[in-house]
Amino acid sequence: MKILVAVSKTPDTTAKIGFTDDNTRFDTNGVQFIMNPYDEWYALVRALELKEAQGGQVTVISVGEVDCDQIVRKALAIGADDAIRVDMAPSDAYSVAAEIAHHARTSNYDLVFLGKESIDYNGSEVGAMVAEILDWPFISYANKLELNGSVATVNREVEGGVETVETTVPFVLSAAKDLAEQRIPNMRGIMMAKTKPLNVVQPTGELARIRIAQYTLPKEKSSVKLVDADNMDELVRLLKEEAKIL
Amino acid sequence: MILVFVETINGQIKKAGLEALTYGKKLAEKAGLSCKALVLGPASDPSACGIYGASVTIHIADAGYTPFDSQTYTNAITEVAVKEGATVVILSHTANGKSLVGRVAVRLKAGSVSGVGELPSQMSPFTVRKGAFSGKAFADYQILTPISVLSVMGNALQPEATGVAAPVVNLEFPATPSRSKVVKVDKVEGIVPLPEATVVVSGGRGLKGPENWGILEDLADVLNATTACSRPVADSGWRPHHEHVGQTGIAIRPNLYIAIGISGAIQHLAGVNRSKVIVVINKDSEAPFFKAADYGVVGDLFEVVPRLTAAIRKSQAAG
Ligand SMILES: Cc1cc2nc3c(=O)[nH]c(=O)nc-3n(C[C@H](O)[C@H](O)[C@H](O)COP(=O)(O)OP(=O)(O)OC[C@H]3O[C@@H](n4cnc5c(N)ncnc54)[C@H](O)[C@@H]3O)c2cc1C
Ligand SMILES: Nc1ncnc2c1ncn2[C@@H]1O[C@H](COP(=O)(O)O)[C@@H](O)[C@H]1O
Repeated sequence: MKILVAVSKTPDTTAKIGFTDDNTRFDTNGVQFIMNPYDEWYALVRALELKEAQGGQVTVISVGEVDCDQIVRKALAIGADDAIRVDMAPSDAYSVAAEIAHHARTSNYDLVFLGKESIDYNGSEVGAMVAEILDWPFISYANKLELNGSVATVNREVEGGVETVETTVPFVLSAAKDLAEQRIPNMRGIMMAKTKPLNVVQPTGELARIRIAQYTLPKEKSSVKLVDADNMDELVRLLKEEAKIL
Repeated sequence: MILVFVETINGQIKKAGLEALTYGKKLAEKAGLSCKALVLGPASDPSACGIYGASVTIHIADAGYTPFDSQTYTNAITEVAVKEGATVVILSHTANGKSLVGRVAVRLKAGSVSGVGELPSQMSPFTVRKGAFSGKAFADYQILTPISVLSVMGNALQPEATGVAAPVVNLEFPATPSRSKVVKVDKVEGIVPLPEATVVVSGGRGLKGPENWGILEDLADVLNATTACSRPVADSGWRPHHEHVGQTGIAIRPNLYIAIGISGAIQHLAGVNRSKVIVVINKDSEAPFFKAADYGVVGDLFEVVPRLTAAIRKSQAAG
């Protein structure tokens, strides 16, 4: 089984978000970047488990500039066999998906795993787009995956429950919590990652279909109204009459 | 024209479907376009789409659409979109909707923006705002293609039942066979799922252990609320994982979010800070959550929560 795992670079969850150039660009000054948690913790690890159980190859692919190499090396340290970095600044879901699909097709991968969403642009779009370009089934929000030969049984999170889906290889899957247990790279993994292939390739040139014109920060909340712990009638009154929510 | 794909469950229109219709209607009014609804699979009253804003409901009643499949659904949605000459296609930002937005957009060679919470600010270039950086900012997106595909964030707007029943046009377009099939659905019955909930009562490590959740559930009961929790609570197995809200859990935007014994870490806030009203109950007046709250109670939750429940009961009894 050849599995392609798409990993993206996102700001650390504690990063303070700010913008420059008249609020048209994300201010990366002082921001730490990490591998998108869903990609690292679940998509990548489940792919590695499948390889460990039944052999095969796990390749990570990231669409990004040279500053992505750090997260790609981490994915190699966690256990991926090799990596592809498509050398372009990712500007929208479609142009990213087109690159991922291109490599899935030309190098004959059987499965493509992604995270359920990136925590920066929160699109939840790339996976469906890759699946559509490849004309493969897409199982989103997977929290359990069993593979029996070429038949997969997947549990996916839906509102208020879990849906069990059966499909066959090849398919695209997006990973949610519980699909696997997070792995921390060990020293041996980190050393080995240095010699694993990281292939930097040129993009196919598919154009973006959307662009961000401007960013805004949410309005600060006006300061909190404190209610005495002995006076819950007052809180109920405020919620009813002032917030008009009860 | 604007095509709204209306999600159903057991033949009934979902709340998310009503919200998508309301969004479509408002956009149609603003842009001077018509708004039609598409319903897939058997449905008890497809004409009801009219009440929420569609001028016509296109109904493909084939039972092959009862189980969800992203390819089958994409075939039908794009078939109708092309036939009708849709320039805007509106979906819901639900589990199924998220499997569709990207697919439908690629098929229509359209740009797409998922999880929008507001109407587009302009039609040319098509510009629409959505949350970014897990609720820490907003981004105004421009769609650069002639067709736009959007998905509407849950609870972003109230469904408005201001119209009348719409004429239903039945269309023959049988579901195409697909390589994936739903074999089982396990649903927790009787509870409003978190992404749809308008009132959420949420507990953190301050509750000390799963055995103490009774007071929180009592409060949720009187408010008809859905329960949620912080990540460490789910990770310790005190509560099921599907209750975990935040940056790495579910992002929600209810009308009222009551946070009990939760410190308000940045990753937690990212998933809940778009709630309309936030109430925080915490014994530590320095807890960061108070900075993101509208109303706060500094006190011991084991005393405050039962008092709040009693006060709500009293107020409900008084009418
Ligand atoms: C990459 C990453 C992603 C994360 N994603 C998420 C996420 O999605 N969601 C999430 O929730 N967290 C997330 N976290 C964890 C987050 O950083 C916090 O650790 C977590 O939210 C804290 O949970 P808590 O508020 O329940 O617990 P604590 O921080 O321990 O807070 C407990 C609170 O209860 C109060 N308290 C205690 N006893 C009482 C009492 N008797 N009465 C009243 N108040 C009391 C305390 O004052 C305290 O404020 C993430 C962390 C990382 C690193
Ligand atoms: N620049 C990128 N390079 C590689 N994979 C990506 C990139 N952006 C997004 N992805 C993948 O697509 C998933 C969903 O991202 P999104 O659609 O942006 O929410 C992520 O979890 C990644 O697996």
